[in-house]
Parts: sequence; structure tokens; C-alpha cells
Amino acid sequence: MGLDFSPIILSLKVAIAAVIIVVLSGIPLAGLMARRDFPGKDAVESLFTLPLVLPPSVVGFILLWLFGKNGPLGQFLAQTFNVSVVFHISGAVIAAAVVSFPLMYQSVKAAMEGVDPTLENAARTLGSGEIKVFFTITLPLSWPGIVSGFILSFARSLGEFGATLMVAGNIPGKTQTMPIAIYMASESGDDRTAMMLVLIMTVFSFLVVFWLNRWSKRQKKSTAQDIGRE
Amino acid sequence: MLVYVEGRTKVKKVAILFLVIILTLAGCGQTASGDKGTDRRSSQSPSKQIIVSAAASLKEPLEDIEKLYEEQHQGLDLVFNFASSGSLQKQIEQGAPADIFLSAGQSQMDALEKQDLLVQGTRIDFTGNEIVLVVSRDNQNIKSFEDLTKANLISIGTPETVPAGKYAQETLKNMKLWDSLQDKIVQAKDVKQVLDYVKSGNVEAGIVYGSDAKSSDKIKVVAEAPAGSHSPIVYPGAVINTSSNLAEAKVFLDILCSSEAQAILENYGFKRVNY
Repeated sequence: MGLDFSPIILSLKVAIAAVIIVVLSGIPLAGLMARRDFPGKDAVESLFTLPLVLPPSVVGFILLWLFGKNGPLGQFLAQTFNVSVVFHISGAVIAAAVVSFPLMYQSVKAAMEGVDPTLENAARTLGSGEIKVFFTITLPLSWPGIVSGFILSFARSLGEFGATLMVAGNIPGKTQTMPIAIYMASESGDDRTAMMLVLIMTVFSFLVVFWLNRWSKRQKKSTAQDIGRE
Repeated sequence: MLVYVEGRTKVKKVAILFLVIILTLAGCGQTASGDKGTDRRSSQSPSKQIIVSAAASLKEPLEDIEKLYEEQHQGLDLVFNFASSGSLQKQIEQGAPADIFLSAGQSQMDALEKQDLLVQGTRIDFTGNEIVLVVSRDNQNIKSFEDLTKANLISIGTPETVPAGKYAQETLKNMKLWDSLQDKIVQAKDVKQVLDYVKSGNVEAGIVYGSDAKSSDKIKVVAEAPAGSHSPIVYPGAVINTSSNLAEAKVFLDILCSSEAQAILENYGFKRVNY
């Protein structure tokens, strides 16, 4: 029996969709939080980081309650758009996005906080608006943080298991992502399939981390050279 | 070096503290059990634990039967480990402590028997069950297995690990519904999860044991799997050969087959089998 590739393709689809959501939400929010101060900021920050420290089962439970048939968001989506995300691939995307959001947010925010404000102020004195400053100064200078956030959240999305299983369930071919397929194969004693998927998952994750380390080292070196040139 | 010595004394202090705590706790425990001893003589003899690894579907009746057993055999304490039969089989294979295995499927018990993990001659089919289609109480759409094609999502146990899921799969295949339904089937980790999915309304219908359908009034049975659409459902039980309480474990299996226990099982929707 050949290996069923649907979990791999499904996992990639889910991870890509989740990362798009995380990039689109994480960068603006990180930019906002790095530069603005407002009452209750600490609470909001904690909330953004929460999915990183909570067990995935807690995230899954909350999402299942929110998006379930009788949950507040679930009822809203069903009534307005006639869609249900529970036990659907969109549920897997939401779960993956929620758990990987803090990785993106944290690393982008850290990078943006590291950008020298005098550079931004210089642009402002030369007449640039806030949006232009953000896109021409802050964003390009925090590029390394964005890339590492991107990769980490992609890898996290790819590996999301607990919350995904609770929200998207286990429908082979439709919501059965790689980690879930591995779990099911191992549970049912199908060690060969489990081993194959484990191998793919491990090699892929190793390459991601390896490449990220190499890349960030090179970045540091080139920044050091830049400073040296100054 | 100094740091090392300091570390050592710190460890010693912590160890002494622990010792004090443990001794205090042990002292408390003793007085507590001493008090009880005046009320019930039986608790003076150390109570033996019999670990029963049982299919999740047996939870309610077994908790009733537990009272029966512990009443008749004071000083014995039944400890249940409920999970899907597949997980339990794996646990026992990995050497998890268990005196008795009560499986919802023959294949899990067969696997253990092949590996010589059962005490020979103790295996017995102690009850049976049937497969039913359940929906939430206010569902009017689904009235038969054929109506499942109208549903968006349904749930069964994972056929590879959950016997009820395997019987459900057999039934659906037998009725030529499996292929058209496959994309809608959320595979659950055990029967309780199927019921939760149906109760919460996140799936429209589920296929479970008749006994499980009785456990909640939020759901209703709309159809029974036609006779012969799946292999007969019998629950085998056996003593695990790593058990150090062989005699007590055997007695438990005997009690399970007594008319009192059988009546309890039937009360919960199980079907009596002929030995």
C-alpha cells in the first residue's frame, strides 16, 4: 500500500493559509504595540502572547466553544454567512493561526523595538507621514525579525496538533493533517505509515531551523560589517 | 569547590525538610486509618487494588458492578482505567499495570492472546451490544441510515482503533453508504467523543452502541443497524498474566457473569450473550 499524501498536502495548505493570516495581523499589531502606549497595553500584550504558553488543548477548547454550533462566533457565522468552521479545514487554519500568532508577533515586535527611533524621526523631519515612515524605515529595518517570525510560525502551523484535533476533528482527506495522521497511524499500530510521516516531518522541521540559524548568523555578520564600515 | 559544598548542604537541608514532611503526612495517615479501623474491621487489612482496563463504553455499568464486587469482597479496591480498546491494548502491550482487560472488540483481545499476555482459560465473552444511529433530540432531518447522505457531518469512532467505529464502518459499507459518506465522517477517538459531537450539535448524527445511546437524554436513537449488517458484537474479558492478584481478578470476572451483574448491564442497554 502506498503512502497517502493527503495529510502532507493538507498540512501545507493549512500552514500557508495560517501564515498569511498571521503575517497580515501580526505585523501591523506588532508595529502598533512597538510604538504606541495606551492604558491597558500590558493586558493586551499578555493576551497576544497567551496562545504560546497555554496548552493547545486549552486553545482548542476555547476555539471549539467560540466557533461551535452553539458558540457566539459559531452562531454568528452560521446565521450571516451560513458557514461552519468546526470539523472543516478552515477550523484547522484558525487553530494554527491562533497558536502561531505569538511567534510572529513577538519576533516582529522585538525587531521593531530594535529599530533606532532617530532614523524614523529623521524621516519625519524630512516630511514623511507615519505610514510612509512605517513602510520605508521601520519595516525594512525589522526584516530579519519578520523572516524569522514567518518561518517559526509556518513551522508551528505545520506541526499544530492539539487545538487542530479539537476544532477540525479527524476527517481523513479533509481535515486530517500530518500530526493527526501520525497520531492515528501510531494509535492503530500502523507503524510504517507513522514512521514515514515522522521522517518527513522531522527532516522538514530540521531544515527550517537549520536554515534559520544559518541565515540569522549571516545577517548578524553583515550587520557587523555595516557597522564596521561606518 | 565552595559552591559545590554549599550546594551539598542545600540539598541536605531540602532532603531533611522533605523527610519531616513525609513523616508528618505518614503519621496523619496512620491516625486516620486507625480511626476508621474502629468502625470497619475490613479496612485494617491492607486493601488490594485490582486494576481493570475497560473499554470506555462500559463505564456506567462497571461503576455499578464495582459496588457489588467491593461489597462482597471487602478489602479489595477496583480501579478502572477507561479508554478505547485499542489504546488499552497498546498500554497493556507496553507493560502498563492491569489485572483485567475488558475489550469492546475481539481483535484487541486476539492480539493480546497471540502475544501470550492473557492468563489461559480466563477469556470469556461477558456481554454484547448493538449498533444504532443517534441524532440530537430536536433533529427531524435524519430518520434512517439512508438519510445520512443529507447530513453535512456525521461521526463514528476511528475504525482502526475503536471497535464501535469498525462496526459502524461495516454497517455503512454493507448498506453501500460508506463511499458517499466518507468525506463527512469525523473520526472520533472513542464512542464518548462521538456522543459529545452529536450532543454539541457540531455533527448531525453519530453511530454508536445501543448502550451508549441510553446514557444521555440529549440524544435519541432513530435507527438500529439491520441484523447481519455487521459482525456480532461481543465483549471479551480476560485476566492479564502480569497480574499479581490472579484469584481476585478471576472472582471479578465471575461476578461480571453473575445474574446480578448481567441485569445491570442489560439495564444500561447491553445485550446478554449465550455462553
